[in-house]
Amino acid sequence: MISVAEWKERVESEGALNCVEKLMKEVKKNRYNSFITVTEEIALSQAEEYEKGKLKGKLAGIPVAIKDNISTAGIRTTCASKMLHDYVPPFDAHVVERLKEEGAIIVGKTNMDEFAMGTTTETSYFGVVRNPRDESRVAGGSSGGSASSIAGGETVLSLGSDTGGSIRCPASFTGVYGLKPTYGLVSRYGLIPYANSLEQIGPMAASLDDLALLLEVIAGRDQRDSTNAGREFRFEFVEKDFKVGIVKEMKANEKVMAAFEEFVEKLKKVAKVKEISLPSLNYALPAYYVIAMSEASSNLARYDGVRYGYTLEKLDSWRKFFAKVRAEGFGEEVKRRIMMGSFALSTGYYGKYYLKALKVRTLVINDFKRAFESFDILISPTMPDVAFKIGEIKDPVTMYYADVNTVPANLAGIPALSVPLLEVDGLPVGVQLMGNHFSESALISFGKIVEERVGKVEV
Amino acid sequence: MVDRSTVLHVAELAKIELREDEVEKFARDFKKILEFFDKLDEIDPDVPPTYHVLPLKNVFRKDEPKESLPRELVLMNAKHKEEGYFKGPKVVE
Repeated sequence: MISVAEWKERVESEGALNCVEKLMKEVKKNRYNSFITVTEEIALSQAEEYEKGKLKGKLAGIPVAIKDNISTAGIRTTCASKMLHDYVPPFDAHVVERLKEEGAIIVGKTNMDEFAMGTTTETSYFGVVRNPRDESRVAGGSSGGSASSIAGGETVLSLGSDTGGSIRCPASFTGVYGLKPTYGLVSRYGLIPYANSLEQIGPMAASLDDLALLLEVIAGRDQRDSTNAGREFRFEFVEKDFKVGIVKEMKANEKVMAAFEEFVEKLKKVAKVKEISLPSLNYALPAYYVIAMSEASSNLARYDGVRYGYTLEKLDSWRKFFAKVRAEGFGEEVKRRIMMGSFALSTGYYGKYYLKALKVRTLVINDFKRAFESFDILISPTMPDVAFKIGEIKDPVTMYYADVNTVPANLAGIPALSVPLLEVDGLPVGVQLMGNHFSESALISFGKIVEERVGKVEV
Repeated sequence: MVDRSTVLHVAELAKIELREDEVEKFARDFKKILEFFDKLDEIDPDVPPTYHVLPLKNVFRKDEPKESLPRELVLMNAKHKEEGYFKGPKVVE
């Protein structure tokens, strides 16, 4: 992994162009299949600009990789789907505009689960991402490429998106840092939508300082996103006696739980720690999937093969054309979620599934509100297991259960951070830190305090 | 409850043509996923639904013309086009 500080030192001694050339060699090898599109020409010309002193800003000369569901003007953006395999957006996402304004060097578009639907990056049309910590294992999903590109030293920073844990899961599996920001803090303008009310773009990095830096750049006001909170983010170190809650309902397998409990014992020496129960979380997972699939069925109705995306040679009647384009353009998991969403929203089932799920969401929000009256931070293992072997999980519902600890934060819109603090069988597992809305500074600060006083885990 | 006809009906709603082997597979998957959703039957919360975590309200901007994307950019990803327009499939048989 390369931190921003290390990269700056390298550039200082070897020159930006040299460093970017070396890095791009690694990126082009694509050893872990982290990238769908490599933007070598752009990266090299930006490095030249930097050497001429023309790239200025907070990220001047720093390599950043971007998840392939975030629109980049003139650069292919596929969502890892056959449906968009040759789609070139005519505009930049808000976060990409911000990266460019701050002088970042864009190294490529990262691999992911098709339309961000998955927990392992095995549903990508462009093949599975291998975990740099153990290449026989997945990197996690859906931002698997964004995580592996950092863990494998192919970039310094990367952007992911998180609908139900898609930043935190691969961060946990690959031993990097990943943050899902408060809903509304980062503009979703230019993020190709899957489940609008849940998803956020967020930073992934090799350290907490780097994570804070990238969040400062991408967060902020944007009138083009009606769900944007209109707030900027500046990291300020929060020093206090943190009251920490262990969420009783957030569990993991025996080995992960043993490592987590050992960590909690050490944590008790440096912070006030108590267990708390949030009973609504027993229903959060099915509620999350009902909502995500329902929103997906509506969002993915735009892929009709007419204006962009996969199409057929000949135009047929509308009904046949539409159904055939979608049959050929979408992969299995995407079809499954669109159809389940259509079912959950259909006459007779709306109340049983969709409306009930939205009520559970209210319960989850109320439980978190109550918890944050007594606690500053809630913690849990990020994932219930270490990274899965490639091909290990065959059943969709088993896969959905892996998201059990991450989805509550998306339902409530609160920020959640995965810090690589556990080691199980020689593989990393993250500890998830959750806080109240807009408490990103406190989460990152607490992470730093824990690393300093409890210790980092190097896997 | 989930049989071939349910899957075909949902596929029709979702506008996705299915192969025969897919119909069988999705019927099995749907059954499992609905059993997973049935956990929600255990409760009947007496609270209002939350559609969105932010207090969103509709805000109208002034009705002023603004610059839009140039036509060539709008059309650049379309395969079927003619004289500056998208060409779509037949809607009326």
